[in-house]
Amino acid sequence: MKRILQILALLVVLAAGATWLVTGANRGWTKTSVAVKTLDPVTEIEGITYQKKFLPGVDLLGCAAAVAVVLAGASFFFRNNKQAQTTNK
Amino acid sequence: MKLKHILTLIALVATASAYAAPQSFDFKDPKGVNNAVFKTDAPLESINGSANGISGTVSFDPEDPSATTGKITVTTASLTVPNPMQNGHMHSDKWLDAAKYPEITFEAKSLKNVKTEGDVTTADVTGTFTLHGVAKEITVPIKLTYLKDKLSARVPNLKGDLLVIRANFVINRNDFNIQKGQFEDKVSGTIDLSLSIAGASAK
Repeated sequence: MKRILQILALLVVLAAGATWLVTGANRGWTKTSVAVKTLDPVTEIEGITYQKKFLPGVDLLGCAAAVAVVLAGASFFFRNNKQAQTTNK
Repeated sequence: MKLKHILTLIALVATASAYAAPQSFDFKDPKGVNNAVFKTDAPLESINGSANGISGTVSFDPEDPSATTGKITVTTASLTVPNPMQNGHMHSDKWLDAAKYPEITFEAKSLKNVKTEGDVTTADVTGTFTLHGVAKEITVPIKLTYLKDKLSARVPNLKGDLLVIRANFVINRNDFNIQKGQFEDKVSGTIDLSLSIAGASAK
């Protein structure tokens, strides 16, 4: 169980980090839409519309790190399998 | 012969008065391009957003741009930022209170320092800016671009003129009782506003 929790903690951090990097390493807050600008040729005004797009930010990395810390911390409440077996003998 | 002269005179007077009369421009944009952009500083990143719920009318006389008056309204609920949590906070009763104050308005009363070159007029417009239920008189620099007979280029089968208004100015949220003196370490007191709107006057 100890090992499973530690592996889970590592996976959470790696998955969040990989997602953050792949989606453009946004160093701001998480966004669920992005502004798209289009130029009106007659008035020369840049119109702004929002397209739905998930852009994870540093808050997502922070959450993932917190979850990983909790998982890793919880793993200390479990003994190693080898230790447990030795104690039983 | 006399009747012909009288008719000609009437026609001339009518033509002259038609040119001299100010035109009313409607800023409800069917293309949804009109927008107001806002920007304010925050610790992690600046908060950038925009609003497109714009309406209003402006009276503009190409022969006398200094006589321009009008009122522009922005729907508070149309203000958008890309972060959903910030969006919710912005519209809540803690900040803009979009339910209680559904509109942000600017009513132009007078223009000063009017300079016209061709179709472009720059001026300082003084008017009443109302935000969060607080009305305050402010003066902002504006640029007016009169595009004669260009309406059909945007809206086919509709003849008329266009008026483009651009304005960049700064307000302080404390002046409008928006979390006055609060959270200045998280959201700056000053807010940069940029307005880019086009109005149509159909003939």
